[in-house]
Amino acid sequence: MSVQTWTWILVGVTFALYFGIAFWARAGSTKDFYVAGGGVSPLANGMATAADWMSAASFISMAGIISFAGYDGSVYLMGWTGGYVLLALLLAPYLRKFGKFTVPDFIGDRYYSNTARTVAVICALIVSFTYVAGQMRGVGIVFSQFLQVDINLGVIIGMGVVLGFALLGGMKGITYTQVAQYCVLIFAFMVPAIFISFQMTGNPIPQIGMGSKTQDGVFLLDKLDMLHTQLGFKEYTSGTKSTWDVFAITLALMVGTAGLPHVIVRFFTVPKVKDARKSAGLALLFIAILYTTAPAIAVFSRTNLIETVSDKEYALIPEWFKNWENTGLIAWDDKNGDGKIQYVEGASSNGKPVYIKERGAHGERLISNGNENANELYVDRDIMVLANPEIANLPNWVIALVAAGGLAAALSTAAGLLLVISTSISHDLIKKQIKPNISEKGELLAARISIFVAILIAGIFGIYPPGFVAAVVALAFGLAAASFFPAIILGIFDKRMNKEGAISGMIVGVTIMLFYMIRYKTGLIGIMDARPASEWWLGTSPEGFGTLAMILNVIVSVVVSRLTPAPPLHVQEIVESIRIPSGASEASSH
Amino acid sequence: MSEKQKHATAYWKKNLSYLVILLTIWFIVSYGAGILFKDELNNIKLGGFKLGFWFAQQGSIYVFVILIFVYVRLMNKLDKKFGFDE
Repeated sequence: MSVQTWTWILVGVTFALYFGIAFWARAGSTKDFYVAGGGVSPLANGMATAADWMSAASFISMAGIISFAGYDGSVYLMGWTGGYVLLALLLAPYLRKFGKFTVPDFIGDRYYSNTARTVAVICALIVSFTYVAGQMRGVGIVFSQFLQVDINLGVIIGMGVVLGFALLGGMKGITYTQVAQYCVLIFAFMVPAIFISFQMTGNPIPQIGMGSKTQDGVFLLDKLDMLHTQLGFKEYTSGTKSTWDVFAITLALMVGTAGLPHVIVRFFTVPKVKDARKSAGLALLFIAILYTTAPAIAVFSRTNLIETVSDKEYALIPEWFKNWENTGLIAWDDKNGDGKIQYVEGASSNGKPVYIKERGAHGERLISNGNENANELYVDRDIMVLANPEIANLPNWVIALVAAGGLAAALSTAAGLLLVISTSISHDLIKKQIKPNISEKGELLAARISIFVAILIAGIFGIYPPGFVAAVVALAFGLAAASFFPAIILGIFDKRMNKEGAISGMIVGVTIMLFYMIRYKTGLIGIMDARPASEWWLGTSPEGFGTLAMILNVIVSVVVSRLTPAPPLHVQEIVESIRIPSGASEASSH
Repeated sequence: MSEKQKHATAYWKKNLSYLVILLTIWFIVSYGAGILFKDELNNIKLGGFKLGFWFAQQGSIYVFVILIFVYVRLMNKLDKKFGFDE
């Protein structure tokens, strides 16, 4: 059977499964809708959290990014896993004991202030929307590449599917579909990795294969370092970023992970405090399976790529090369006219390749923005996972499986984020501020309407992606680190922290983070361009600036709180009670 | 301070001391071995891996998982000891 047929079958079967589960787990109350009734087992919650967490970016792009960044890619590996240690030790058990529906709920009650609640809602909406836009785009890309449908139609199909199970089941439906999605995505990620690891090193476990010898008796990593040095790249196992920047980015990603509202809210869904701790551990275990495999895939595919293309004649190159060239993710510019592919350090074109209609002497697609560098090859990072099975000559069903896995990753993350957005509106804004006496039924209806609107907006972002989306998704972590994380941690560990301190800390943190992002990363269209890296403060990249913004937030919070009155007695009692696990009531709205 | 409060304070202190120890390990394996001292550790080899590189891309993640489960165990025991378990 062709790849196309296999893909339709696998995507069809998995989608049917998601809908079946959503129908079985319909939500009847706001509690079902917001926190899945508070009765999810730690194991199911761990899987759902892992699926929620691992987005299209983790599944499709991460291994590719590491493949090209080598050691520098470690920031994502450590950053996106180490945050769970902070979650399990510093946040999840206490927030579960607190027993409300949302992060703004905690901020609003702990800081006895609707201003604090509103600031938190705004932060949650900014973080979640920037993040969800990337997911919808990811769905579109998978559809267009594997099923030859238009990207926009792909986005619309994705919207329809998410709408189906989110609207019907709320958190309950989403949680149980995410369990299924985790199984699909981890299977889809591991199967090709195991095949390739065995092919290249004789060891089927990718984590070990990565450090094993290849058929010619050389350690794989040594061989890759050697290939890199020969071609003028920096050694794979040593990086190019400064030690401080690696440190700052890793910390910003870790803290940001622990501060993301769609991750935190998962720990409101388990019955007890001890379940919250345990399910954070299980979630990280499930995530670690993918995150320790990704760097192995990066090494395999990098070595495979260099060995397959470097100095080889274009006429003799395998079919997959030309397929991906046709979709615009590979470009070869025969600068020296020898008919061979020279792949060395340096960009092959000025910016992404711009193709022209004509074909070259060897049938390759010509580009109009070539440059003088010796490098002749452009490879998009995303194809390292997508094309890996083809590069390694794996059977068609494995290639199709990757498509189903990519869709599972994108859909599960999008659903989790959309739920946070709708909860922020129906619960934190409408129920808690605008119309406190709204009925249970009314609130449920409001939640469903806001999820519908949120999906429409996310879909529009997916179809007309603003140029800054890709840049901003990575920075969502910086924003979460600069806003929520300090406010929550101080709320638990510093009894003296009061509303004046927390609010001023959050505002200062988010403002300076946004300022730095705009000044050094995105620029303001028509007003100013982003400033160059040479002007970064202390050599900190915008991705790593969340670390500095967080430290500033903490300093401001502590200083302001000590200059203003202590929080009222009943709030100090709340703090004392969340520090003790027993007597956690079910999550409730009041 | 009432008996109940003393009890709660002792529990919290013990919890904090666990946190300090576990977070120190958390810091050492990632920021220490994987970032700050990676060049020195890279002179040591673990099979085909340079040790610093291994910590950055594999080892730290394994330790993170272990840390959480150790904390789960320690706290479950502590909850029992203080009668806070359910």
